[in-house]
Amino acid sequence: MQSYSAFSLFRQALGGHAGWQRQWRSPQPRTEYDVIIVGAGGHGLATAYYLAKEHGIINVAVLEKGWLGGGNTGRNTTIIRSNYLFDESAALYEHALKLWEGLSQDLNYNVMYSPRGVLMLAHNIHDVQIFKRHVHANRLNGIDNEWLNAEECKAFCPPLNVGGAMRYPILGGALQRRGGTARHDAVAWGYARAADARGVDIIENCEVTGIRRSVNGAVEGVETSRGFIRARKVGVAAAGHTSVVLGMAGVRLPLESYPLQALVSEPVKPAFPCVVMSNTIHAYISQSDKGEMVIGAGTDAYTSYSQRGALHIANHTLDAICELVPMFRRLRMLRSWGGIVDVTPDRSPIISKTPVHGLYVNCGWGTGGFKATPGSGNVFAWTIARDEPHRINAPFTIERFRDGILIDESAAAAVAH
Amino acid sequence: MLLITCPHCGPRAELEFSYGGEAHIARPVDPAGLDDDSWAAFLYERSNPRGVHAERWRHLHGCGRFFNVLRDTVSDTIVASYPAGQPRPVPSPDGKGTTR
Repeated sequence: MQSYSAFSLFRQALGGHAGWQRQWRSPQPRTEYDVIIVGAGGHGLATAYYLAKEHGIINVAVLEKGWLGGGNTGRNTTIIRSNYLFDESAALYEHALKLWEGLSQDLNYNVMYSPRGVLMLAHNIHDVQIFKRHVHANRLNGIDNEWLNAEECKAFCPPLNVGGAMRYPILGGALQRRGGTARHDAVAWGYARAADARGVDIIENCEVTGIRRSVNGAVEGVETSRGFIRARKVGVAAAGHTSVVLGMAGVRLPLESYPLQALVSEPVKPAFPCVVMSNTIHAYISQSDKGEMVIGAGTDAYTSYSQRGALHIANHTLDAICELVPMFRRLRMLRSWGGIVDVTPDRSPIISKTPVHGLYVNCGWGTGGFKATPGSGNVFAWTIARDEPHRINAPFTIERFRDGILIDESAAAAVAH
Repeated sequence: MLLITCPHCGPRAELEFSYGGEAHIARPVDPAGLDDDSWAAFLYERSNPRGVHAERWRHLHGCGRFFNVLRDTVSDTIVASYPAGQPRPVPSPDGKGTTR
């Protein structure tokens, strides 16, 4: 692997930038691997990377039906934070946040992690109480999160409309200063390049069409659009299509897939200093390094695999953005799109073994999986390599729904998050 | 936005309706007799198909009644709508209607 540095950039510049190599190979699938990962998004690629790096398992293939990072990894609004209410979630997302902090160095790839602060706005007395509860719960877990009153919110993010006549006035907010954004494509590319360098095969345009099992029920391999590939361990990180893939092995999951929309504005000069989220009125906004305002909306009401949502959902979010940040009223929107998110009943992920021996699943990230990418891949790799969950993902089983031990972040946040 | 046909009121905009999740999930006749796996399956497991999905809608800002819809989750095409309590219709081979 070519190492990236200021020096290598300088040296390549002398050669007219003609000497850069491809960042990863495009290999033909072999007939057998130790581990197959289904889905080359951030979570799947991170899993392959940590399998190779931390567990020495390099005979790994990542199968992708489309192109690398073309699903939800390339469709999200890139928000990173770890200020979750419950101990189990806090541990998982904080594990990810700590990996984010050193990720560019670890991968030798600039993922543009930018801890610019995530400000979650409170608009009513219920919000104020629940966010203060979050602040205290986070403090007990050693996670930074602080309460700002309305004036402090205005000082931290001057474009906000504080004190104006609003249907949902800003009463304050919870600020996680270590939260922020990262470049979503670079995360997929960085993990792909680093995993490839350690020997992992990333195979695009290879759709899994079946999961073959032996007479005793254990996984033998996967049928794909490019033929049968043998493997005794298969890890599924297929996001919105997890129900479809697991259905091939006869496993039913507590998942439903919904379209989640995002949109970006025309690029403008730096105007918005942080990430602002409002769960109550469904508005999530930050400014990308290209200058676009990146805006996240809520999910549509109904399940769908169509990767597009209804206009009234995006419109609802823009109504909120225009009230929160009046100077954006004349901003034009450039593009909008949808991704398919797999939602669990308690809005917490499943990173777990399944009833089928050799089949593992990492799913249920719902509307907020990007922030967890490094931590998710890290503990999923552990789960696959050792055939038992890491301490951090041990509570995130499928069986928690049977046993009634839900990690009920949906009730904690009152909405999708 | 979907154009949904309420079997009682006719075609209306999606905004008039609320979504009720997967249809034809019958509450167990004897809940106390169920083991934990079966109870969890009833409460939480969903078929979540990529294809035709039977789902409940409620005409919230209209007649207020629940009814069922068959919708293709890939194209969001609504194949059929029928009153609650009726069995699930069989989609016709072209996917645009139903054969009873």
